[in-house]
Amino acid sequence: MLVFRKFLRDIPAVIGAAIVLLVVFLAIFGPWIAPYPQDASASHLLRRLRPPSLDFPFGTDNLGRDIFSRVILGARGALKVSLVVVGLAMAIGVPLGLIAGYNRGWLSEAIMRVTDVFLALPQLILALALAQLMGPSVESAMLALSLTYWPFFTRIVHAETARLRNALFVDALQGIGAGTPRILFLHILPNALSPIIVRATIGLGFTILVAAVLGFLGMGATPPDPDWGLAVAQSRTYLPNAWWFATFPGLAILLAVLGFNLLGDGLRDLVDPRLRRSR
Amino acid sequence: MAGFVLRRMLLVLPSLFGLLVVTFLLIRTIPADPAVALAGDNATPAQIAAIRESYGLDQPLPVQFLRYLRGVARLDFGESQYSGRPVALDIAQRLPATLELTFAALVIAIGLGIPLGVVAAMHHNRWPDFLLRIGSVAGIAVAAFWLAIMLQMLFAMKLGWLPLRGQLSAGLTPPAGPTGFLLTDCLLAGRFDLFLDAARHLVLPAVTLSLGGLATITRFTRAGVLDTLQKDFVTYERAVGFPRGRLIWVYVLRNSVVATVTQIGLLFGGLMAGAVVVESIYDWPGIGSYTVQAILTADSKVMLAVTLLIGLIYAAVNILTDVVHALIDPRLRESR
Repeated sequence: MLVFRKFLRDIPAVIGAAIVLLVVFLAIFGPWIAPYPQDASASHLLRRLRPPSLDFPFGTDNLGRDIFSRVILGARGALKVSLVVVGLAMAIGVPLGLIAGYNRGWLSEAIMRVTDVFLALPQLILALALAQLMGPSVESAMLALSLTYWPFFTRIVHAETARLRNALFVDALQGIGAGTPRILFLHILPNALSPIIVRATIGLGFTILVAAVLGFLGMGATPPDPDWGLAVAQSRTYLPNAWWFATFPGLAILLAVLGFNLLGDGLRDLVDPRLRRSR
Repeated sequence: MAGFVLRRMLLVLPSLFGLLVVTFLLIRTIPADPAVALAGDNATPAQIAAIRESYGLDQPLPVQFLRYLRGVARLDFGESQYSGRPVALDIAQRLPATLELTFAALVIAIGLGIPLGVVAAMHHNRWPDFLLRIGSVAGIAVAAFWLAIMLQMLFAMKLGWLPLRGQLSAGLTPPAGPTGFLLTDCLLAGRFDLFLDAARHLVLPAVTLSLGGLATITRFTRAGVLDTLQKDFVTYERAVGFPRGRLIWVYVLRNSVVATVTQIGLLFGGLMAGAVVVESIYDWPGIGSYTVQAILTADSKVMLAVTLLIGLIYAAVNILTDVVHALIDPRLRESR
């Protein structure tokens, strides 16, 4: 409870948590909240490119669809992509980090050198290239992003595991004959959980951003999906007159990423006082 | 110092080899059959077989890799499917534009980021600090492609203050040499009209590209200065009445920027990647827009070459960062 009260005093982190809760809420209940839920795919050519008004708070797009509704409906896709990507990246990166941190010798060296190489590769370009090679779709975008994000988890988990390897409780476990998998997953992993959670939170925001770039370049979501990045790409033909078409989906990206970043920063302060951003 | 630089360069070699292996494997093994992908949708089996043979794709992977290595060693990356010209030539012609853009973005990021970070630290937990903190998180969270479009809409389309896209206005011919860097060449040729036009074209792309870096540098400078302000020597200097401005902007800053310099090194790689998006929106004739074209047309040779190039630049910048560290902080020279 003390931790929770400390968290509540960090205003930016609380704002971040509120934004994240809003995004999650919209992702779950979006179709029931959006004023025109059928606008995920329907088109109404008679009311195309209307400026913001009481009926359409964010205006309408080139096919007459309510942009406010589509921004709300887009939350589900954005959150789904980022959860899958971060989940997959953790599934690859965390075990590798545990093994590399616990072992001494060539296996550890090999894993960490490969991790270094992946970290040196330009992530966005790699993700774009992989998505193209696998055939542009949301699924390949998710797979490509996971394949570029796992090294971040490997590096963190490796550092934590290497630190904990010499702890007294690990000696004790080895002494009573506990197996390596048991030590790694039941005893070291829970102790390394907080930096993983911080990284995952920031990763969720980062993934929403990169997935939007992929959508914008036509490597992710496909029409008529209510995707934020895709909407900005579609709006380019109608600028500067239909300014609302580009503005609001982009603001949605900004808000969602901002929320996850603020929350991640706040959690980091909580978990690791040495890295405190605000003293 | 020379020995230090040499040791650092040798350390990079295994990583670069790993980079070669990984890029090669990813691009050669992920499409089920690269020959089919290259041949297109309407190719006959005979055409596919011909392509497989002419590209050497019928050879075992290790043989293909050795061939690829030999090509890389001679800077021969093959021909681009898109432009039909040697990839190395395309890259050599387009690299200066990207470097110019990246450099301009870096200058903006450093020139504004370090002072803003110091200001935030000096007004710790008061409103300038609060604003800068939220601003710097937002700077990282904003999608560059969206910001680019917003800036284009406002400054180019509505206000007409700055050009919309490209590196030079239509109808103007860039000077023919000698460096390939447009701004430098304009100055060397004494064409100040061209220089001004090119500089105006550079503003929006450079500002867009700089924002993420600006936010990062502000954050790290702020954290560094806050740390240093706690040190005993600062308390001492203040107690003896040393001028506050000189103390902070010279002595505290010098002791605070080590983490920032690391970030600047890391940023350079990020900027090169960010250029991919920014260049394609502003039609900037650099490596970034070239990469997007290559990816959209599945031009694997260009993808390989560009990934390798950026990895190489990244490694070079890392070495440079370590050298700058050693220059700023002499203690690091001894300990490695």
